[in-house]
Parts: sequence; structure tokens; C-alpha cells
Amino acid sequence: MARLIAASRRDVEVQPYPLIVFILVPLLALGLQSFVSLHFQRFDILDLPLLVTIYFAITRRNPIAGTLAGGMIGIAQDALTRQPLGIFGICKSIIGYLAASLGVRIDTESHVTRALLTFGFVFLHSGMYWVLVRRLLAQPYAWSWVHELIRGVINTVVAVVLFALLDLAKRKEY
Amino acid sequence: MESFFSRYKNALVLIAVLLTQVIGVAIQVRRPLPKEHAQPDAGGVRLIRYWAISLVSPPERLVHWLGASIIGVWDNYLDLMHVRQQNKDLQAELQRLRIEEGGIVEDARQGQRLQQLLAFKEKYVYQTTPAQIIGTSGTEQSRILSINKGSKDGVAVDMPVITPDGIVGRIREVFPHTSQVLVITDPTSGAGVILADTRIRGVLRGNALGQPQVERVMPDERIKAGEKVITSGGDQIFPRGLAVGVVDRVVNDSEHDPLVDVLIRPAANLSQLDEVLVVTNMGEEVTPKQKLDMMQSQAAADTEQLRASEVLAERLPSRVDPDAPKTDDASTDDSDVEGEGIARPMRPPSALHPDRFTPNTTPTADSLTPGARLAPQSEGKGSITASVPKPRATVPTGSNADGGDATETAVAVPKKKAPEVVPDDGSRPPATMTARPATQSATTTPTHAPMVTMPATLPHTTTTAGGTGTSVRPATTGSATSVNGAAAHSAVGNGSAVPGTGTTQPRATTSAGGVTTTATRPAGTTSSTASSGASASGAGTHTPAGNGATGNGTSPAGTAAVRAATPRPTTAAGDAANSAVKTKVIVDGPLPAGAKKPATATNPGQTDPATQTQRTPTTAPVQKKAPELVPDDGSRPPPTMLQKPKPQPQPQQTPPAQTQAAPSQPQGGRR
Repeated sequence: MARLIAASRRDVEVQPYPLIVFILVPLLALGLQSFVSLHFQRFDILDLPLLVTIYFAITRRNPIAGTLAGGMIGIAQDALTRQPLGIFGICKSIIGYLAASLGVRIDTESHVTRALLTFGFVFLHSGMYWVLVRRLLAQPYAWSWVHELIRGVINTVVAVVLFALLDLAKRKEY
Repeated sequence: MESFFSRYKNALVLIAVLLTQVIGVAIQVRRPLPKEHAQPDAGGVRLIRYWAISLVSPPERLVHWLGASIIGVWDNYLDLMHVRQQNKDLQAELQRLRIEEGGIVEDARQGQRLQQLLAFKEKYVYQTTPAQIIGTSGTEQSRILSINKGSKDGVAVDMPVITPDGIVGRIREVFPHTSQVLVITDPTSGAGVILADTRIRGVLRGNALGQPQVERVMPDERIKAGEKVITSGGDQIFPRGLAVGVVDRVVNDSEHDPLVDVLIRPAANLSQLDEVLVVTNMGEEVTPKQKLDMMQSQAAADTEQLRASEVLAERLPSRVDPDAPKTDDASTDDSDVEGEGIARPMRPPSALHPDRFTPNTTPTADSLTPGARLAPQSEGKGSITASVPKPRATVPTGSNADGGDATETAVAVPKKKAPEVVPDDGSRPPATMTARPATQSATTTPTHAPMVTMPATLPHTTTTAGGTGTSVRPATTGSATSVNGAAAHSAVGNGSAVPGTGTTQPRATTSAGGVTTTATRPAGTTSSTASSGASASGAGTHTPAGNGATGNGTSPAGTAAVRAATPRPTTAAGDAANSAVKTKVIVDGPLPAGAKKPATATNPGQTDPATQTQRTPTTAPVQKKAPELVPDDGSRPPPTMLQKPKPQPQPQQTPPAQTQAAPSQPQGGRR
């Protein structure tokens, strides 16, 4: 348990990233999500923009930045769909805020921590999306616990690998 | 206050962001405008969406282009070995398809015209734009495809997107170079469909799991898995008749209990789409290319029809092609049959030196005497037709018009079945045909007229004259082509078969002085008056429809054509009343508007002068059983048709319009 909590100054230090990474990674996530789903329809069970949002939030450890980043990525993702702009934006804004807030308090360098956070955030994201679609937009949306569980697991596994890859882009401190 | 904002800065920012987005969502989902003003998105939303797509599309295009290039290089390398042959094959296939397309377009236009009559507008696919799928929405909650064609390519909102296998969806949003396609598996989509077998209509939407279904259908046991589902065209988006898919299963609609949802398995492979077709033009517009194709297809169809008619004319002797080129040989000119399609069997050209083997010159077998010698033939002056050495009724030629040495032979032969009259123009022959007396002063033409012999018509009497002539009455012409000068057939005179009595006159061939006259029966006349043909005038009063020979043809043009209405040898020249015969007439086609059903087969009551001259020497009149007029519409012939020929000549009963020259002609007399 002690390993999951940020106990040192180094754990809560903000990890610097090149600006280009902050721009290209979300775009690449959106592009891959759109393109790969074209040829592998089951790829849409993944939510790469959500994973990118979580990663930047927990690494930046800034709730405002996480909120804005999540909002922008979500709106961009909304732009590719038929639904009004803001549905994914709202969800990912909340996810970004929560992830950044938790990143200050827990150790996000651990893969276990990342996995648990990702699983929870994916589940929360689906829950918020269901509320917004069913209650705010009054549109049909089938909720399946099994499906959401599978989604959470898959996204968690992919997130662990993806976060490790993105860690390679960190600016080295000498 | 400052500490409040600094303390809850993060939360305030989050609330502000969320509030902004919620307001934005609320603005976007407000009640839509009417359809003519409706747009998928408002201006600001559309701009944001456009920015997002503009950011995402280039990488997608790049990745798609790279993938397609790699695949294309590999495929083209392999295909180049056979690409030349494939190109030829495809060109040929393209030409064939273009011709077929022309016909299909014409059919579609005809369908549109008919639908306009029915006040139902249906759309057809006239022009499509191929597009490539470059991306999706990336989420399983939104079934959206992105294509690489936009407004600059002619794509507009609500255009249907299809594949050769089936429909895909419709255009939802259009940008200059890209567009969004709302797939039919999306819950917000909708398409009017119809089950092909059960004809059940419904609205196709995607369910929450992304499978299309026909919602809220009344339970029907006939709905089985595998039934085809096609578009109905009722949504005014998708053209009618496009494949949608097949029925997968039927499930109960939980929210609408008595109703069921029919799950559909899409015909198009929506999960792996590479290229689609955007239907950019639906309507009545026909491109010049399509017009050209239509003309080509029409020409091809005409050629095929002409060829088919030629084949039909060869195989069916009762049918001829009216457009067939006519031969120069006059003897084969059957134009008097003028049947406008009435049958003319193919005949060989007339012989330059006819002999007894020449067609139509051989006497009937029953008129020949074993061991007898045929009459000599005078070459160059005509042929003697059936101048048999065993005349059963020979009439002195003094009664003939030319007053020459023509002899007239009336051969009483056994009754034979009358040929059938089969008009092919769908019109019914005149109800009754009355032969009007022919004038003796009929205009005769000594020239050699074309010999026309209708099928199944044989000369009833022959009169030998000084030449050979044939009374030929071409169809729809107002003049008889000619008759031999000696015989002066009444065909040239006012021998007019007035429609109305349905009387059939045997055909008369007068041969006088080596002249053989054959009065042929033109089309449009169903019968002719019975006459022996002994006299030049009055015999063979077969008046064609509309030609009227030399002026008294009162038969209306366009009436049912005669198909050998004359019985072969019928009666000897004798009493006109007894010579009246009935002809079995088969009428093909419906009755014309003003025509009556053949009611009577009466004797016209106008005795031909020739018949009077034949009374005395000829054999006893043979009472013929008149043939019956039998319409082909399945109705029974009227009982009046079966009446006996009247013994006394009856006054003309035809309408005045059809008997213009009748009053001026003395009945049955020669001048």
C-alpha cells in the first residue's frame, strides 16, 4: 500500500514532456482509433483517447491541465461521431481532473497503480457516458456489465503497455 | 475572495469546463428546425467538427494512402501480366453493360412516368460517386464512417451510400473534402425497408448492439430467417429495391410488447468496407451519355425485333412481315392481301415460261380426268388455268364481257372447308359483307397484272380469254391494279364487297382467249359475293378494304383482312342465291370500337350478272354449308350466322356510307 502512495518529493514531481508530444500523441490516438477501427471493428472497444487523457493527467499531476486536455481530446473525439460535441468532452474532462488529482496523491509510476487507475477510470467513463446519453440526450445505449468489464480489462492491459511506451518520451533529467 | 478562487481553482475550472460543455450540448440538442432549414449541426458546432476532422483526416488519408500504395504496387505488379487482356475484356463488358444500361434507364423512365400517373414518386439511381472509407468514429456507440469525398465532389447531405451488395447508410455531414456517413447500424439512422416475401414494411434502425433491425413490426409467423429485405423507397432517401440484408431472427420488442423487432443481417459487409458508392443523382435527369446508350439500345432492339419478325415470317406461313422488302416480281406481289400483317406465304417467283408444273396453274386433282390431255398453253399470252377437259359446267362465252370466244367453265366441286379469315390487326371484320353488283363497264387494263393468289384460295371458275390478267387490289390503295381486258372482272368495276353482310363470294378466275383472270381477294374484306365468274362484271367482287377497285370500293380501310375467305371450288355458276356460301371466319383480336360482331352471313341479294348467265347451263346449284364466323374471344357465334341463305336477293342493307356506288348500279344486271 505504501508503494501506491506518493511519499517522496520525487514521486510527486511533474514529469516534463516535449510540447510536440502533447500535440501529436492525442492526434495519433484519435487517428489510430478512427483508422484501425475501420479494418478491425472490434478495435473500437479500445478507447485510446481516454488512455492518453489518463496518462497525461497522471503524469502532469495538474488538475486544470488534465481537465482542459481531457475536454479538448473529448471534443475532438466527439467531432468524429454523430453525437453532439461535448459528450466525450464532459466525460474526459472529469476523468482528466480526477486522474490529475489522484496523481498528486498516489504513485503513478507503478504499473499496478496505473492498471488500477485505468480500470477504474474506464469504468467511470462508461458510467458517465451512459448517464449523459441516456439521461441527457435520451438516446438508446445498452449497458452490459460483462461488456464493460471486458472493456475495462482490455483497456487496462493496453494502457500498461502504452504508458510504458510513452514513458520513453519523457525528457531525461541529468 | 482571492483565497477562495486560489483554493478551489481546480474545482472551479472543472465546473466551468463542464458547464460550458453542458450548455454547448444543450444548444446542439435543442429541437430541430423544419426539414428545409434543418442542418445536422449549427454553424459553430459544424466549425468545431470540421476542425477536428481536418486534424484527423490528413493522418488518416496519409495512412490510407500508404497502405493503399503498398497494396497497389504489389497487386499491380502481379496483375500487369494479364492487365492487357483484362482491359480488353472489361472494355467489351463495358460496352455490353452500357447498352443494357440504356435499356434499363428507359425502363426506369417508363416506370417513372407510370408512377407519375399514380402520383407516386420514386427515385432511381442515376449517378454515383465512388468513395473510399478513410475512417470511422472510433467508438462503438456511434456508427459513423468517414469518406474521402465531400461537397467539392458533389456529395450532399442525405445522399444514400451503397455498395453493390447493399446499402450502407446515408451522408450525415459534408465537408469540402470529406463526409460522414451514418451507417444503418446506428441507432439514430433510419431506412424504409420491406420484407421481400411477406411484403411487410418497416423502419430499419440499428440497435444498441450495432445490429440493424426492423422495429415495431406486427408479429407474423411468415417472417422466417433468410428472407430478403430490400429498401422500400418510402424514406425518400434510398432508392427502392436495393438490397438491405436478410432476416436473422425475430425478437420481441420489450418496450412495445405486442410488437416484434426483426433483426437483419446486412447484405453489405459493414465491418470491412473499403469503397462505397454515393448516389449523387436520383431523378429524371438523363445524361447525354445515357441518351446515347438509350438510342443504341433502341436501335439494337429494333434490329432484334426485325430479325425476329423475319424468322417468324419464315416459320409461320400465316404471318408475314409487313416491313419485308417486296420483290420486283409482280406475280409474287401479294400486296392486295393488304392485310397489314396478314399472312402471305412465301412463293417462288413466277416462271417466265409457265407450264403445267408452274404453281397455281395446275388444276385440281378432282377436276382432272385420267388420260385426258391438258389444254395447250399459249406461250406469251398467258396461261390457261384449269381449263380442264372435263368441264362440268361450261358456259358459252357469249355472256362474257368482252364478247370474245372466251369460254367459261364452272366446275362444281365438292364442298370444301372455307379458308379462315384471320385479321391480325386486332380488328374484327365487318359484321356483314355484301357484294355489290359490279358494273360491266369496269375499267380494264390489258396489261399483265400481277398474279396474286392468296393462300388457300383457288379459282372457282375459270374463263378463258385472250390474255392473262389478274385482278389485283393492293391494300389501302384506291385502285385495282388491273384485270384482264377480256374478262373485265368486276373487281375493277364497282364490285365492292360492302362490309356488313359477311357474305362470301367464291373467287372467280376468268379465262378468255388465253387470258386468265384471277380475282383476288384483298385484305379487309371478309367475304365476297358468290358468283360464277362467268361474266366479267360481277364476278369476283372482292373489294379490298379501302381500295375499292376503281371507285366503288366501299369497304373501310383497316378492317379485318381477309385470309382466303373464298372456298376453293364452290358452286357452279348458277343462282346467286344458291351460290351464297358462308365462310368460316376466324377473327383474331378484339372488336374495334364501332364494329359489331359478325351477325349474319347473308346473301347480298345482288345477283351478279355473271351468275345469271350461268344459271341455265350449269349444274344444279349446290347448297353449301356456310362457314361460320367464329370470333376468337371465346364467344359463341351469334345464332344469326347460322341462318340459311336467303332465296331471294335482298336489298342492300349496308350503311349508306359504305354503299356509295350501290344505287347507281343495277342489281345483278349487265348493261
